[in-house]
Amino acid sequence: MSLWKIAWRSIRQRALSSWLTGLSMALGVALVVIVLVIHSVISRSFGEAAQGYHLIVGARGGKLQLVMNTVFHLSQPIENLPWDFYKQFTEYQDQQGNRVRGKYAGAVKVAVPYCLGDSYQDFRVVGTTPDLFDKISYGAYDDGTPKMYKFAAGRNFRQHEFNGAVIGAFAARRTGLQLGDRFPITHGLADDENAHVHEEDLFDVLGILEPTGTPNDRAVFVNMEGFYLIGGHALVMEELEESGPADVPEDEPPTHGDEDPSDAPTAETHHAADHGQHQQPKIKPLSEDQREVTAVLLLLADDAYAMRLSKQIDKGRVAQAVFPSREVARLFEGLVGYVKSILLVLAILVIVVAGVSVMVSIYNSMNDRSREIGVMRALGAGRSTVMIVVLLESILLSLLGGAAGVLLGHGTMAVLSPIVLNMTGVTIHAFQFDLAELILIPALIVLATLAGYLPALTAYRTDVARALSAAP
Amino acid sequence: MLSLQNIRKSFREPDGSTLPILDVPQFEVAAGQQMVLLGSSGSGKTTLLHIIAGISNPDAGTVEIDGLDITRLPEAGRDRFRAERIGYVFQTFNLLPAFTALENVLLGMTFSRGASDRGRATKLLQRVDVAHRASHKPSQLSVGEQQRVAVARALANRPSLMLADEPTANIGAAHQQQIVDLLRDTCREENVALVIVTHDPAVSSQFDRVENLEEINRVETSVEGRVSSVES
Repeated sequence: MSLWKIAWRSIRQRALSSWLTGLSMALGVALVVIVLVIHSVISRSFGEAAQGYHLIVGARGGKLQLVMNTVFHLSQPIENLPWDFYKQFTEYQDQQGNRVRGKYAGAVKVAVPYCLGDSYQDFRVVGTTPDLFDKISYGAYDDGTPKMYKFAAGRNFRQHEFNGAVIGAFAARRTGLQLGDRFPITHGLADDENAHVHEEDLFDVLGILEPTGTPNDRAVFVNMEGFYLIGGHALVMEELEESGPADVPEDEPPTHGDEDPSDAPTAETHHAADHGQHQQPKIKPLSEDQREVTAVLLLLADDAYAMRLSKQIDKGRVAQAVFPSREVARLFEGLVGYVKSILLVLAILVIVVAGVSVMVSIYNSMNDRSREIGVMRALGAGRSTVMIVVLLESILLSLLGGAAGVLLGHGTMAVLSPIVLNMTGVTIHAFQFDLAELILIPALIVLATLAGYLPALTAYRTDVARALSAAP
Repeated sequence: MLSLQNIRKSFREPDGSTLPILDVPQFEVAAGQQMVLLGSSGSGKTTLLHIIAGISNPDAGTVEIDGLDITRLPEAGRDRFRAERIGYVFQTFNLLPAFTALENVLLGMTFSRGASDRGRATKLLQRVDVAHRASHKPSQLSVGEQQRVAVARALANRPSLMLADEPTANIGAAHQQQIVDLLRDTCREENVALVIVTHDPAVSSQFDRVENLEEINRVETSVEGRVSSVES
């Protein structure tokens, strides 16, 4: 019979006390697991928030603020950049119709403009180009394959569909917007008292994104061309009513991207697309001198260009370039890392308290068990043997409580997962185990050994003759 | 096989004074011999058994078992020796309540060799007529059955010496003779020397050799309960 079995029988002999002690350990460990899972979710969410491009370029000011409002769709947008500056990242046609390569275009693979400042209900509206979903990824799988945006319904808007809109998964669920719906956007943010709705300028929902786990799930994306034409953003040219389809050059706005051949309307999206095209005879794009962008996302031709280009942009005094991943990491460590540390310390304290309860439980039982220990000693068990049995009891109780805690923690997250998804749009992989959880095993063994030491020492010091003489 | 020479043992009183318990010049038991050690309560019987078993060390003297003076062994050595060579049957049986009858027998083996011989444990339970209760815990056994399991446990490691401390004191008259017979028969079968401590004349009258501790102990211990704090 192994000493483990002897320890296990002793635990079962004191079933109620053992159960309560194990429960307290389970609750402590569950708390640690919950903290780790939540941290992992937030960490992944932060980590994937700014992937798929190298740099964000915006007006000079706070780097963090630029990241907050372009990546996380939070905070107030900073100043805008002139359109001419944006063009330096692209190939474009000059006034004579010649193709011109922008100053930085050689280093840039894709430049995606962002126009910010408007909202729909509680969600930020981003005026952008189709390239955001066609050419930029939102992260990468474990094997390095980029995660490209997928549509749960509909498709991306096309360049000529001025009023086309794509809705992030969570924003679609919360706003109730569906494919084919038309909606106005608000000039200004939801909490801005001067905000006003442009009832006359409606956007058509052409696509709804699949969840990405990034802040883009919580945003509404509209064609930048339509965004510019809303009152307050620029003037609408009414006089070209009879000039046919909008006079939009295929490479306007200028990027390296060609028109996607899949842009032909499908049966599924035909109706929705009609809404966008319906208004086009009345309008033409805003002239370049009236345009501005809030930020530009840059996917570079080579990783090695990032640092040099960033320095060049910063030197120019017009704009600043930030490495989003670096800023996000800084933000994460400065904010979330700190909160995680506090929560982990609290959770570890709970486990330590549970360890103390293991000690108290076993120690209190030692008085009742002195005769049993005496009998074991009389049968030939050495002092160290009875000491080990008590330590094993403590370790078994802690490990079993810990294992129950791991299941309880992940189970709790599994139960909360759909609620969190519904409230925040964040997907929790409740049974995705964190490597840090592996540390719990040796940590619990050390804790249990410390907790069991005092009662084990009592067992070690038991006077056999006196213990056997005690009344049964 | 058992030889005690000049054994002395005393206990320290709470006031700091010493209380002599034992002063036994000589006590011997031959291999396979069966004997009774008589003595009134407080005469130091259990203390003497503890010294023979190596549970306590005497203040002076030697305890030789099969030619080995166990008083010279370190405590861990005495524990190992006890596990391998000495069987102990307690007055109150002292079966461990968390374990079944079979496991109680296996426990003794665990502490001696680290490995359990389930076959021998089962045979011993058959020998003491409780094999059908092997999977029952002590609380589910009758008093007689518990004492039978205790006898089987004491024999588990094929000891050369069996010590039985008032083995019939807590069982009814109907079962007393059965237990005495069982101890004598099994010890004879296994060639184990048997020392039974009792103050029951009905038990002592059945043995050829009966020693009165009060006669071989030079310490005056006639006052009832004098060392009750350390004796059962």
